[in-house]
Amino acid sequence: MNRRRALAGRRFRLQLYRLGMAFIFIAAWQAASGPLIPEFFISKPSAILASLRAQVATGNLFFHIGITASEAFVGFALGALAGVAAGVLLGRIHFLADLLQPFILAFYSLPKIALAPLFILWIGIGMTMKIVLTGTVVFFLVFLNTFTGVRTVSKELEAILHLMGASERHVLTKVVLPSAVTWVFAGLRISVPYALIGAIVGELIASNKGLGFVLANASGQFDTAGVFAALLVIMMLAFALNALVRFAEIRLMPWKTSGAQLDREITI
Amino acid sequence: MNEPLISFRGVGKTFQADDKDVEAVRDIDLDVARGEFVTLVGPSGCGKSTLLNMTAGLLAPTTGTVRYNGRAVDGVNRHTGYMTQNDHLLPWRTVAANIQVPLEIQGRSRAEMRDKIQALMELVGLLGFEKSYPAQLSGGMRKRVALARLLAYDPETLLLDEPFAALDAQLRLNMQIELLGLSRRLNKSVLFVTHDLDEAAALGDRCVVFTARPGRIRAILASPLPRERDLMRLRHDGQYVRLAAELWDMITPTLAATRGETA
Ligand SMILES: Nc1ncnc2c1ncn2[C@@H]1O[C@H](COP(=O)(O)OP(=O)(O)OP(=O)(O)O)[C@@H](O)[C@H]1O
Ligand SMILES: [Mg+2]
Repeated sequence: MNRRRALAGRRFRLQLYRLGMAFIFIAAWQAASGPLIPEFFISKPSAILASLRAQVATGNLFFHIGITASEAFVGFALGALAGVAAGVLLGRIHFLADLLQPFILAFYSLPKIALAPLFILWIGIGMTMKIVLTGTVVFFLVFLNTFTGVRTVSKELEAILHLMGASERHVLTKVVLPSAVTWVFAGLRISVPYALIGAIVGELIASNKGLGFVLANASGQFDTAGVFAALLVIMMLAFALNALVRFAEIRLMPWKTSGAQLDREITI
Repeated sequence: MNEPLISFRGVGKTFQADDKDVEAVRDIDLDVARGEFVTLVGPSGCGKSTLLNMTAGLLAPTTGTVRYNGRAVDGVNRHTGYMTQNDHLLPWRTVAANIQVPLEIQGRSRAEMRDKIQALMELVGLLGFEKSYPAQLSGGMRKRVALARLLAYDPETLLLDEPFAALDAQLRLNMQIELLGLSRRLNKSVLFVTHDLDEAAALGDRCVVFTARPGRIRAILASPLPRERDLMRLRHDGQYVRLAAELWDMITPTLAATRGETA
């Protein structure tokens, strides 16, 4: 019990230091803006806050957040679903994987963002294009992770299940899929920032709504505070998406969190 | 003796590892009768696990044939249940759910599964740990879960690879008594690998002693003990003591040889 209290104390102190650091940073920013560095470049916290408040007041901000969040979320979900399906399929069917390997590698090494202009040609500049872009980015990350997960299932374990009388379906549902889940989540977690990249780059290239648009618009009007405000909101959105994945992870993998791993704090 | 249940004829296995070949076993001739309890002992790396793998049909012999019930083993041999050296529990399932896997595969009803799991948990002494995850158990407890899972699907032949290696003396004796009683009661055939020579002598109807790699059969010692034996009192049984001593005498020279090899 004593050790636990010591641990809690240490964590509390850590939080305190973090808060202190953030406060000092913001204060220094506020003080330096103007006297040391022109406000045009770095704006200042109070101005950013004012910009945020103004946008919240008109209700515009929530509209744009909603657009970007739905693009990122739908693209993320579709890409992840397709990625898991393809990963399981190619993970289990070795011939197919061997056959497709060079093509997959070729596509993988292509920066997916570079496909945006092509997608615009195909499906225009609406939300669908951002969803497809996000989905493509997420697909590859989740696919590769799922594939690896399926491939790392122990052959001996599979054999033991076959000895129990398991069919291929049993092996898939009782061993392969559950053991790939850890990998799938690893893929999902690294995909979150990329999902936002997909949505926002899509909006930056061609859009009149969404946070990418807000960002580009503020920048176009030399409104530094507006740019920082948009960045702040994007950061919070990423945070929320991360928390969502983390929540699903805890719910779906109770065996992961029932041990000592609970007090792991930093997740990327 | 009528036809053997398991028969090895001229069985050899060579693994191709990178650039060099590893000959694990050579020229194995062995018959195991239905209902017989055979213990396998020999230095580490002599191919004991490899023999079990071939019996289960997970590996094909390089030379010779392994027959089960008169038929050459070809692919997974579903008459056997295999408790491997690694316990291979599913980390995402609780203890009870792990034991439940083979029952789910057999399509048992919920009530049936519950009763069976309860009985097995009691048998392996794990009552109260139903809801624990494997990562929360000790090595010995995990072994016991693996054994319970094996018994849940009730295979004709049990292949056990050092099943009790991680248990303390009392628990091990308990498990030995349970296993022996159960195999006699249900007339199970057992191939039992162990490094514990006393255990090999106590449990086996016959003890097969292997040489160092490539493993060949050095001797097969028939146990003078009756099929029904009281493991609690073996210590005072002269026949058992002599058998164990004989095994020790046989293994110690090979031990010296393997030590010389690695030194
Ligand atoms: N899949 C494999 N690939 C390559 N070599 C293998 C493989 N399996 C076993 N071997 C080799 O075959 C030999 C026999 O291995 P095996 O596991 O059967 O030994 P063992 O008698 O069970 O040893 P232990 O008592 O340590 O468990 C070892 O030298 C091992 O390195
Ligand atoms: Mg072994």
